[in-house]
Amino acid sequence: MEKLSTRVEYGKALAELGEKHKEIVALDADLSGSTNTQRFAKVFQDRFFNMGIAEQDLMGTAAGLAVSGKIPFASTFAIFATGRGWEQIRQTIAYASLNVKIVASHGGVTVGEDGGSHQAIEDLALMRIIPNMVVLVPADGIEVRRMIEWAINYQGPVYMRTSRIPFPVIYDSEYCFTLGKGSILREGDDLCLAGIGLMVHHCLEAAELLAAEGISARVINLSTLKPLDWELVVASAQKTGALVTAEEHLVTGGLGSAVSEVLAEHCPVPLQRVGIKDVFGISGKPRDLLEHFGLMPIDIRNAARQVLKNKTRQKHLGLYQVIK
Amino acid sequence: MRDIGKLEEIARQVRIDVVTMLNAAGSGHTGGSLSATDLLVALFFGKINLDPFNPKWVRRDRFVLSKGHAAPAYYAVLSRLGFFDREELLTLRKFGSCLQGHPDCSATPGVEVCSGSLGQGLSVANGMALAARLDGLPIRVYVLLGDGEVQEGQIWEAAMSAAHFKLHNVTALLDNNKLQIDGKVEDIMNIEPLTQKWQAFGWQTIEIDGHNLAQILEALDAAEEVKDRPSIIIASTIKGKGVSIFENKVEYHGVAPTDEELAIALKELGAY
Repeated sequence: MEKLSTRVEYGKALAELGEKHKEIVALDADLSGSTNTQRFAKVFQDRFFNMGIAEQDLMGTAAGLAVSGKIPFASTFAIFATGRGWEQIRQTIAYASLNVKIVASHGGVTVGEDGGSHQAIEDLALMRIIPNMVVLVPADGIEVRRMIEWAINYQGPVYMRTSRIPFPVIYDSEYCFTLGKGSILREGDDLCLAGIGLMVHHCLEAAELLAAEGISARVINLSTLKPLDWELVVASAQKTGALVTAEEHLVTGGLGSAVSEVLAEHCPVPLQRVGIKDVFGISGKPRDLLEHFGLMPIDIRNAARQVLKNKTRQKHLGLYQVIK
Repeated sequence: MRDIGKLEEIARQVRIDVVTMLNAAGSGHTGGSLSATDLLVALFFGKINLDPFNPKWVRRDRFVLSKGHAAPAYYAVLSRLGFFDREELLTLRKFGSCLQGHPDCSATPGVEVCSGSLGQGLSVANGMALAARLDGLPIRVYVLLGDGEVQEGQIWEAAMSAAHFKLHNVTALLDNNKLQIDGKVEDIMNIEPLTQKWQAFGWQTIEIDGHNLAQILEALDAAEEVKDRPSIIIASTIKGKGVSIFENKVEYHGVAPTDEELAIALKELGAY
């Protein structure tokens, strides 16, 4: 299966789109080789600003460029973009709904050997909580490109998380990205596996494992974390009666929380959240870390087994109902 | 306008607006609004290129009130320029008002960016200056900083980048009133030597009396002359300037005048 890196595809897309959209500018905080904004910098030297190791200034300068009609793409590692620059993003960018696109690379634990200090496992929570902010987590290299194309035409702040490691391509070139819309990648009746980013692939693999056990799982990609496709979440809950969420992020504040909130209000069915459980990252190879933190397809399968048990119990007790 | 007498008269009226609107609001920042009044009046009535009837005119000069708590003085100036009705001033901080407690560009005509969380305005000004350079617009970007505000680390990130990018169209004005909420700046966290710091970061520095309108205008002109680096006007000011009971009183940093205090202030400012 073809693999693409979401950060590399971001860099390529930005460099290509820069030709057509003269108002695009890019900013980085001394990580342009890693975030891939270097590709844009090479072609459009005058429209690239390396702000040095100064993330707060990076966000503020991007804000100033945005109020002057530019479309700034501000990039650095996800943990520094959302951590060091959080208040700047809140106060100066999001409060005024400025047209700044924050595309942060190295999300999640698959950053690997650099360890816990560099592994962003809180970034989605930090961005999701800010009013006006759109939060996107592409599931493959094709989706990144569609999201970048969309973001250029969208007026307002956007946070997008890319990853260090390449992962398989699931969409073809015909794929159309729509804000606030998830997509059904596989149909199933017994439960629904909802993923973002790399974990979408692990959901697909988990669905295969479950199929071998005679369990049919619907798989959905909720790449627009905010605004969440709550209609698809509710419809999936109504259809299957059980959900598992999967994210390379803490189970608090990210996808698991977002889906929990929707289900609790609209259709409370059994839910299991696969993600990192209130601990920091550690050094290691990405695969070892995915196993260590319980983010592998087998972990999603295990969560699916548990949620199906809970579903049976709830049905037996007559506890679960659809709230319209 | 370069008539110092007229500018002094405008500054007096702005101070009357400030104490009146703060009293009506019942809360807000008296000391820092009055210390910055002369800087704002000289800049907005004597220098800056704006069109109140076309607030988004692309060739306008830009202004960022980084010390956002001086909003009352900023609003008074904007209303006197004609960006919105003067009656709005008495709605300051009230529910549904277009005049938020700290500047909100979505709410107030003429306000370019949201501010209030200190330390962020210079970065935004730099971004505006970079955009102007890309677009070939011969505009200037002004930013008003507080002295306590430069304790924020982001100020120095932005000071570094403005010099690095040779943003000679950026002029910072530093309202050096030497007091912050908890006491004297030198006691809370000393920021001196200010001039040497900014010079070391690669800026042209100009030191003036921040209540001398002629000096402020000369400094603004001098900032425009330099073509290879940004400029900062370090303006020595008095917190609460113009009203004896507020002057140099740390207690009036974030407190609005009572009715009795307003009466004293209006009398001293020659309102009646």
